[in-house]
Amino acid sequence: MKFTLHIWRQENARAKGHFETYEIDNISADCSFLEMLDQLNEKLINDHIAHPVCFDNDCREGICGMCGLYINGRPHGNDDGVTTCQLHMRHFNDGDEIWVEPWRAKAFPIIKDLVVDRTAFDKIIQAGGYISATTGGVPDANNILVPKHIADQAMDAAACIGCGACVAACKNASAMLFVGAKVSHLNLLPQGHPEAMDRVKKMVCKMDELGFGSCTNTYACEAECPKQIKRQNIARLNRQWIGQLFGRDRNE
Amino acid sequence: MKLDSKIPEGPLSQKWTNYKAAQKLVNPANKRKLDIIVVGTGLAGASAAASLGALGFHVDIFCIQDSPRRAHSIAAQGGINAAKNYQNDGDSVERLFKDTIKGGDYRAREANVYRLAEVSGDIIDQCVAQGVPFARDYSGLLDNRSFGGAQVSRTFYARGQTGQQLLLGAYGALSREIARGTVVLHERHEMMDLVIKDGRARGIIVRNLVTGELERYAAHAVVVATGGYGNVYYLSTNAMNSNGSAAWVCHRRGAAFANPCYVQIHPTCIPVHGDYQSKLTLMSESLRNDGRIWVPKKKEDAEAIRAGKKGPNDIPEEERDYYLERRYPAFGNLVPRDVASRAAKERCDAGYGVGPTGLAVYLDFADAIKRLGRNVVEQKYGNLFQMYYKIVDVDPYENPMMIYPAVHYTMGGLWVDYELQTTIPGLFAAGEANFSDHGANRLGASALMQGLADGYFVLPYTLQNYLADQIYVGKIKAEGPEFDEAEAAVRARLDGLLAIGQVENGKCKVESDATQSAAANLSTFHSPLSTFHSVDHYHKALGRIMWEYCGMARSKESLATAATKIAELEADFYQHVFIPGKVAEMNPELEKAYRLEDYFELARLIVADATQREESCGGHFRIEHQTEDGETLRDDDNFMFVAAWEYQGHDQPEVMHKEELNYEHIQIVKRNYK
Repeated sequence: MKFTLHIWRQENARAKGHFETYEIDNISADCSFLEMLDQLNEKLINDHIAHPVCFDNDCREGICGMCGLYINGRPHGNDDGVTTCQLHMRHFNDGDEIWVEPWRAKAFPIIKDLVVDRTAFDKIIQAGGYISATTGGVPDANNILVPKHIADQAMDAAACIGCGACVAACKNASAMLFVGAKVSHLNLLPQGHPEAMDRVKKMVCKMDELGFGSCTNTYACEAECPKQIKRQNIARLNRQWIGQLFGRDRNE
Repeated sequence: MKLDSKIPEGPLSQKWTNYKAAQKLVNPANKRKLDIIVVGTGLAGASAAASLGALGFHVDIFCIQDSPRRAHSIAAQGGINAAKNYQNDGDSVERLFKDTIKGGDYRAREANVYRLAEVSGDIIDQCVAQGVPFARDYSGLLDNRSFGGAQVSRTFYARGQTGQQLLLGAYGALSREIARGTVVLHERHEMMDLVIKDGRARGIIVRNLVTGELERYAAHAVVVATGGYGNVYYLSTNAMNSNGSAAWVCHRRGAAFANPCYVQIHPTCIPVHGDYQSKLTLMSESLRNDGRIWVPKKKEDAEAIRAGKKGPNDIPEEERDYYLERRYPAFGNLVPRDVASRAAKERCDAGYGVGPTGLAVYLDFADAIKRLGRNVVEQKYGNLFQMYYKIVDVDPYENPMMIYPAVHYTMGGLWVDYELQTTIPGLFAAGEANFSDHGANRLGASALMQGLADGYFVLPYTLQNYLADQIYVGKIKAEGPEFDEAEAAVRARLDGLLAIGQVENGKCKVESDATQSAAANLSTFHSPLSTFHSVDHYHKALGRIMWEYCGMARSKESLATAATKIAELEADFYQHVFIPGKVAEMNPELEKAYRLEDYFELARLIVADATQREESCGGHFRIEHQTEDGETLRDDDNFMFVAAWEYQGHDQPEVMHKEELNYEHIQIVKRNYK
């Protein structure tokens, strides 16, 4: 297959970026999007044309959350429920023009080319996205009973890989789905109850402080989430946010 | 070099208790005056840093990714073992210990493995307290499943994302300590060298991967938890950035490297499909709970399938060879990984392989779907099936999966004693980066167990024992001739790599004046006369050599060939590798290049180790040493030892030291899964 690629190139956070156009040929339909970029970089290096394109990637099996490209106007491209590394070229037509951009959000500044700084997500987690269980001195695992449907819902929310597609998809660059997923995961479980309300407050405040936008319930985040995290998590977050305003200390 | 394993006195089951009772402690007021460096944020690194931070030590933690949560522990799918005996099926610490020693083909240290089994239950308690959403049954109790090499169900799991959930638990604990200020996180930083002062590990040189600048950090002790070196094979189930370099620079500075030839080839991975392929994707071992592995009984059928004339569903039941069930009736599809991998290779080499390349076997769920219903199968393995479908574009609910073995895990690593301390005082190694618990083959769901055991329950004790007398030395500063020398050496190394392509090439066009006309030439491949190659070109070539001559089956001849080819390739690399860009910038090509440099040395050592080990055990299969029916043939009289190698310089062969393995507790038998 043959493609025309328009790729965002930017030297560093302060430099002005621009699209650069590259042609690439002989791409197998079974090849992943990132493997296609590998081949482009190989050519850029061998032909001494330009520096290879920088893009974040690691596990290449859709779980580490490191990769994330805005492809033809969609985070992670035009297949549902996958990350960029699992997007295969069979989802494109031979001869397609493909526009590749980094995540665009104030809270995710560009580092270079397609690489962005997502440490804001870590900071939100540091604000309260954990259960305070110091190593040792915890009860036997089966002393804490968790109804299966609750454990399943918590697992659904915990599947978030922290890639940032929800923020990139959102016209407001809101992180509500990310925060909602973590709050749901922890607050649904009995282990998470003692800190539940404090957690909501701290994580939401940190999210606002870091420059993420507000949620206006358009659910682009849910549509583009590679792990198909549900918008119900945002609703739960909102409910618990209001609950903590009124000093409720119980979960729901 | 002296190898003192420091195994505590007393009966096996009392050793860890005795150790803890006798070890030295640091009082709380002194803990915050002691600095610890932890490199790596996977299960071992994150859990160690979180636990040490919670104790009150000051910890600096480093990772090469943009967040600690990206570490490759996240990709572990199937589960984590623990001797909880929640299923009342006969499990115990003793049983888990025995299974692990046997699974490792009697090449692991008894005392370490027993301790691992002993703390395994605590890990589950800790993870549940952190909110890890393990699978549960309808009563709200924890659920279990079986993994290879065990006849009990002791594996805890969170769908097919157990590693992810455990890592997020450890990452949460780590994040809490970062918020409390006991741990300082340095993301996108790569360890480039270890600094030794007065014979002790006292600091590291790191490269900031965003700016390319070198930085120095000092501490009273250094923990390396940077995973394994499987990417020496280029194609593996490891992440792209997983590398062996942090452990290797420690080795260069004097830490012994043990059993490098023990490389685990995982039987169930999606087969290779093209040259451009960058990695191989694992399909969890848990699938072997319900999937049945087969190839056609008749060669004609296999040929017809390879030619695309027949599909798997055209082969009637009686024409299928469920070769694992046939060869190993007792364990069936749940034989350990090394056994399953070799059996797949044997069938494919004999001409029964399927798929376009003939290098694949079927993993079939038709029976399970019939027995349990599609819903149950989907609940158990849904995300794995989806992953397979997305990659291969074949629906595994309708057709059997095609799988083939691939490099997965490295049992070898930095040699450590009972305290997880390397041969350099003050340098500790945890998780896959050390060699300690898995012998010659690791059982499924034991990597997560070991990583978390080391980090949560071993290092917090043993590091404290080491640090107890360090309160007298005061703060370690990142200065002095040792730091200067190490930093200068790293700088020289990086400049040297970049210079290879620049000098020879005279003038490089790479600097920024990319023109449209030049871009138009892109679609034509570079001229064959071009003598310069990218780093990937060399890495792929090295991977092919290693897979071909030092992979699933090795012989004296193949290893000799490997040694020659590696040397040729390495020489070529130092003349013709071309790395664009500068040191002082984000430069992924440069990162790949210095990691590949280390892979060359590692590859040489793997081959040397495989050559000296004139026996077959676990993941190391020498075709000269096998039984009549093709099973591994150990030589306990001559090879019941750990091979710990000492670095002698880039151009010198390494020197091997032996740590004899003494089995006082377990009875050594032939490893038999029939």
